[in-house]
Amino acid sequence: MLAIETEGLSKRYGTRVAVAELGLEIRRGEAFGLLGPNGAGKSTCLKMLLGLARPSAGGGLLLGRPLGDVEARRRVGFLPEHFHFQDWLSGAELLRLHGRLYGISDAVLGERIPELLARVGLEHQGDKPLRAYSKGMQQRVGLAQALLNDPEILFLDEPTSGLDPLGRRLVREVIAEQRARGVTVFLNSHLLGEVEVSCDRVAFVKEGRLLEVHDLRKMNGGALEVRVGIAGGEAVIHKVANEAELPRLLRELIASGLEVSEFTPMRPSLEEVFLSIVGDQN
Amino acid sequence: MGEAARRKLVWLGLAVALAYLALYATAWHLALSNPRNIVNGTQAANRVIEHQAESMFSLLGLYAANLLTAMMAIITSIDALSGEIASGAIQTLAAKPIRRWQILLGKWLGFVLLLTAFQLVLDGGVMAIAWAYSGYIAPHAGFGIALMWGEMVLLLTLTLLWGTRLSTLANGVLSLGLFGVAFLGGWIEQIGALTNHPRAVHAGIVASLIMPSEALWRRAAFEMQSPLMSAMQLGPFTSASVPSIAMVVYAALYTAVALAVALRSFATRDL
Repeated sequence: MLAIETEGLSKRYGTRVAVAELGLEIRRGEAFGLLGPNGAGKSTCLKMLLGLARPSAGGGLLLGRPLGDVEARRRVGFLPEHFHFQDWLSGAELLRLHGRLYGISDAVLGERIPELLARVGLEHQGDKPLRAYSKGMQQRVGLAQALLNDPEILFLDEPTSGLDPLGRRLVREVIAEQRARGVTVFLNSHLLGEVEVSCDRVAFVKEGRLLEVHDLRKMNGGALEVRVGIAGGEAVIHKVANEAELPRLLRELIASGLEVSEFTPMRPSLEEVFLSIVGDQN
Repeated sequence: MGEAARRKLVWLGLAVALAYLALYATAWHLALSNPRNIVNGTQAANRVIEHQAESMFSLLGLYAANLLTAMMAIITSIDALSGEIASGAIQTLAAKPIRRWQILLGKWLGFVLLLTAFQLVLDGGVMAIAWAYSGYIAPHAGFGIALMWGEMVLLLTLTLLWGTRLSTLANGVLSLGLFGVAFLGGWIEQIGALTNHPRAVHAGIVASLIMPSEALWRRAAFEMQSPLMSAMQLGPFTSASVPSIAMVVYAALYTAVALAVALRSFATRDL
């Protein structure tokens, strides 16, 4: 069973098209990134998957159940882009409230909440009111909230917005941990570096449309260009069929007596792919 | 419930209620605790007039308390839903495995309980003060308070209904605006009845159909005033045109429909 699938998923607000005929297939256990500029429809897509907004057309399945199904939501976790809450609660109380909404028993919550707070680095701040939390701390408690029910799918909408490098690393680690446990991760982001590091596959979206889907694990399997610098001369670009050919090229260059001062394989970065796909479509 | 209890607003509300009651008790003390002979006549005649004064003062206290409760109901709840939808705080709630109607009904119940407690303190306090000073208890007090409670529930239900679609500001304007329409309509109806202008009476009735809040108070006032006063139409709260029981039933149905529409509106709303 696929974790998430959609067909023709569309959303229109009045005359504005937020999402147009999105078709996705996300396998269980993979980390999937939705990458696109702001306003591309990523958040709207996420809202439709979670039943927060109704599609104007099309539909999909979440863990095999139709979008908007209540029971499917019992098995997913969600961290929205701007995590807002009742700020007079303490961190632990907020987690208890959300835990109860999942139907988790108080006994289980009693153990799980301290663990989660520790995991996100808030073990000593659990009893302080949320209004005293910094933005980074709020985002961390939001992440803890998303993990409360040990979800099968983790939905993250721009999870590192407003986080310092330590916070961003925490998010990356959590994603990696969950993936290793077989959890499906659905990541919305406009930050290339984040998606590049954390995801298996990436879908590029712009203006509500799905442009392409790339498998990041395979992106480096093809032909490469290598920039070779010669001492006292100009750099030359060589081409090789794949990564495995690199050592052979270097041996040949040196054997031919060249003073090789620079040998830089230029792997196509996600940024270039992104710009070529998203930038060109006008 | 726990959420609202934590808010400073509740303690403020309690302080307001107690301040009002203190003011009322003072007024009662000053005006009515030392009965003087108002007319040169028998003690019985004086007693009758005193009794009317007590009745009127009681109603006055309840009228102000009712207005205070109405304002409290509207002001505390206009942001409840509108604010959470606007900030996005509602998203993590709505993404949980609970249904939309459970979220709204939970909020509604929380506010009903809170405002009922407020109303009991306020109205109970007014009646306790009246009884403490002169042993006066308004007739049909139970039914009267029930009608006032109904008005509070109506106002609350409507603000939550508007809250499913409107911003806090728009919600406030609409809720207070409707309350004002009812308020004005009530007085127009009264004056129309007193001066024998049937069209004014009809205008007032139309206002009550649009918003039955004031009609509920006027029925409550009618129930709780002394029969002598209403027969002789003394005092500002006697009703020349009393809302019928049919209007009370209408108000109850109106509230029920408003709640149902609110639940449906929230269920279909994109968040």
